[in-house]
Amino acid sequence: MKILTEHIEVPGIETIDVFRKHGGYQAVEKALKKMTPDEVTEEVKKSGLRGRGGAGFPVGMKWSFLAKPEGVPRYLVCNADESEPGTFKDHYLMWKSPHTLIEGMIVSSFALGANTSYIYVRGELMYVIHILEKAIQEAYDKGLLGKNILGSGYDLDLYVQSGGGAYICGEETALLESLEGKRGNPRNKPPFPAVKGLWQCPTVVNNVESIAATSWIVNNGGDAYAQIGVGRSTGTKLISASGHIRKPGVYEIPLGITVEDFIYSDEWCGGIRDGHKLKAVVAGGSSVPILPAEMILTTATGEKRLMTYESLSDGGFATGTMLGSGGFIVMDETTCIVHNTLTFARFYHHESCGQCSPCREGTGWMDKVIKRIELGQGRKEDIDLLVDVAKKIEGNTICPLGDAAAWPVSAAIRHFRDEFEWHIEHPELATQPGAVYMRPGASWSN
Amino acid sequence: MKVTIDNITLEVEPGTTIMQAARMIGPEIAPPAMCYYEPLKGTGGKCRGCLVKVTAGSEKDPRPMPKLVPSCITTVQDGMIVENTINEQVLETRKGIVEFLLLNHPLDCPVCDQAGECHLQDFSFEHGVSATRTVEDRNTFDPVDLGPYIKLNMNRCILCYRCVYAADQLTEGRVHGVMHRGDHAEISTYIEKAIDNDFSGNVIDVCPVGALTDRTYRFKSRVWFSKPEDAHCDCDKCSGNVTLWYRGDEVIRVTGRKNEWGEVKEFICNTCRFERKKTSDWVIEGPTKIARHSVISANKYGANLIQPSFPIKQAALEYKLIDDDRDRSFLPARKSLPSSEKK
Repeated sequence: MKILTEHIEVPGIETIDVFRKHGGYQAVEKALKKMTPDEVTEEVKKSGLRGRGGAGFPVGMKWSFLAKPEGVPRYLVCNADESEPGTFKDHYLMWKSPHTLIEGMIVSSFALGANTSYIYVRGELMYVIHILEKAIQEAYDKGLLGKNILGSGYDLDLYVQSGGGAYICGEETALLESLEGKRGNPRNKPPFPAVKGLWQCPTVVNNVESIAATSWIVNNGGDAYAQIGVGRSTGTKLISASGHIRKPGVYEIPLGITVEDFIYSDEWCGGIRDGHKLKAVVAGGSSVPILPAEMILTTATGEKRLMTYESLSDGGFATGTMLGSGGFIVMDETTCIVHNTLTFARFYHHESCGQCSPCREGTGWMDKVIKRIELGQGRKEDIDLLVDVAKKIEGNTICPLGDAAAWPVSAAIRHFRDEFEWHIEHPELATQPGAVYMRPGASWSN
Repeated sequence: MKVTIDNITLEVEPGTTIMQAARMIGPEIAPPAMCYYEPLKGTGGKCRGCLVKVTAGSEKDPRPMPKLVPSCITTVQDGMIVENTINEQVLETRKGIVEFLLLNHPLDCPVCDQAGECHLQDFSFEHGVSATRTVEDRNTFDPVDLGPYIKLNMNRCILCYRCVYAADQLTEGRVHGVMHRGDHAEISTYIEKAIDNDFSGNVIDVCPVGALTDRTYRFKSRVWFSKPEDAHCDCDKCSGNVTLWYRGDEVIRVTGRKNEWGEVKEFICNTCRFERKKTSDWVIEGPTKIARHSVISANKYGANLIQPSFPIKQAALEYKLIDDDRDRSFLPARKSLPSSEKK
C-alpha cells in the first residue's frame, strides 16, 4: 500500500502536468469546492494520522488546539528541516515529488484558515529548495496558489525559507524563531505555538510527511486511511533505512508489518549484508534508544515486534525504543557500539544551541568522556558518570534536544555495558584499528 | 489564588510566577535564579537552576506535572502545590545544574572581581558538591575589551543571556549578542565592535558572574573591603540613584542599587557609573542595606548588623566542646599568658 510514493518513480512527476495526470491536486479541488475547513479537520481527525516528525502526536488534535481569535492571522509552517542522523525521508519526497507536499500544504492551510504558509527547508538542501520554488511557481501559474484559488474565494501564499544549517531549528519553536529572522533558540513552553507561534500568532508546525498525507485523506476519507495500520498507528510511514542492509533507501510501509519482515524481506531492506549478522538497530533516528538484535525483533513478552508507534515503544526504555522519525539504522556485528555512541554524542554536542545549561554543558561532557573511553583512556567510574549525566540532562531542558542527546548514551550503556567495560579494561585491544568487542560465545559471522 | 510552596500556603494575584510567590515567602524558600532577572523582560528558563516539582497542577486538575518546571516562568494556578526545598528530586537536579555550570567555569574566584557578590558562588555554595567528577580540559576563550569600560571574560560566563536582554532593552542598536552554539557559544559584539552607548554599563550589573566587569574598577579592591553607601545626583540621563562603593574615602566603584535578590532597581547611565567618582559629585543618603547574607556584610562595616544564624553558632559551640576535650598532654606545659594578651 503506497500513498505518498505511489507515483514517485514516474518520469516528470516533479512537473505539475505529469503530477495532475496522476491524480494530483484533486484533493485541492475537493476540499476547496466541496468541503468546509472543519470538515477537512474532521477527516484528518478520523484518519488517526500521527505526526511523522518524531513525537507521533495526532495531527487532527494538534489542529484542533489552534487558537482562532478574530482578526489575527494564523499560519501553517511545514517543518522540512530534517536533520536527524539516519533520517532522509522528507528530503526524498520533496526532491522527487514536490507537488505532493504543495498539495498537502494547500489542503492543510485551508483546513486551518491560514492565508500564508511557509516551508522551512534545511539550508543544506539548496537544490531541493530550487525544486520546490519551481513547483510553487507552477502552482501559482495554474491558479492553485495566490488569490481566489480555483474560484473558491480562498487565498493562500506559500513561501519557502531556507534554514541556516542548524539541527536545533528542527525543533518547532526554534524553527519559528529562525523563520522570524532571529537566532534559532527554542522558546520556553507554554505558550505553545498553537496559541503564540510565528510573530506571536497562532501557528501549526507539521512535518512534511504529515502534511503530504492529508491530501490522500481528503481524497479517500479519513476512515479509509484509518483502515491501514494497526490500532492507533494508522496509515503508512516513510522509513529511511540505512546501515548494513542489502538495500538501503526510503521505503513506504503500511504501519503494522513486523520488524523482522522489514529487515529481512526482499520487498524492503533485503536482509543484512552478506555473511554478517544483525547486532543492533536504531529504529527511529539517532535520538531514540538503540536496541540489540534480540530486543528489536521481539518484545519483552515474546511477541514479534511490529513497525508501529506502540509496539516499538513496548516495554518502555528498558526493553523498547521509539518509532521516532523513521530513521532505521541497522548495524551488524562489525559495528563498535562505543564508537557509534561517540558519533551520536559528538553530533548533539555540536548541535546543542547552548541556551540552557544541562544540554549545553552535558552534551559536551558526554562527548568528551565517551571520546576518552574510545581512545583507551577511560576510567572505571566513567560508565556510571555517563549514566548519571544523561539522567540529569533528560527532562530538565527547554526543548527535547536534551532528551535526544541523553537517550542514545544511556541506552547504549544499558544494553551494551560490557562493550564499554571492555574498552576501559583492555585499552590496548580496543584501540586497535577496527577492533570490535565480541561477547563470549558470539561468532564473527554466519 | 491559592498556592502552596513547601507546605506554606499563600494568596497571590493571577499571573504571578512560582518564583515570585516563593520570593514573597522569603529567601529560604525562593529557588535560586541565575538567569531570571525580574526587571528585564523575557529572561528566565535558561539556567534551569530554579526547577521545582509541581505535585498538583491546580484545584481543577490536581495531577502532578510530569517534569520539573522552571519556577521563574511558570505561572501559578489556583490550588497549585509546589515542592522546592523539600523535594529530593529537585535538590538532586539542582546539584547537577551546579555541576554543569561549573564544568567549564575556571573557578578563578581568587582573582575574580565578582567574588563576594557572585551568584554562581552563592549557588554552588548552597546547592553544589565539593568534589568534581570531571577530568576534561575546560573550554577557554581569550578575554576581550568591549569598549573602554567593559571587560568580557567569556571563560566565566554561564550564558544566562541577561546581558543580551539588557543590551536589547536598554540601549539602541543591537550590537551585543550570542555567537556560535552549544558549549562553544560566546557573548560577543558584532564584529568585535566596541559597545558605545549611554546605558551599556548596566550589562555589568546584571551579570551574575565575573564575565562582564567594570574596567575602571578591575583589581582595585575585593568587594568585601569596600563599604557601600546609597547616594544620588541630578542626572539628565537616568534617575541618578546609585550605590557608591568606598575604600577609605575614595569612591572606587559606582553601581545601580540592587534589591535583596541582587536585581538592579533602576538602571543607571554610564556617566554616573564610570565618570562621577568623587564624593562631591553625590548627595550621600546613608549606608546601603545588604540584605542577603553576603560576605560584604562580614566586613567591619555592618558587622554588628548580622546575627549569626543557627548552624554557625552551633558549629562554633561544637568546635569549642571538641577543642576543650582535646588531649593536650603531649604538648609541653604552657606558661600562663601575660595578662595583656588575655582578653
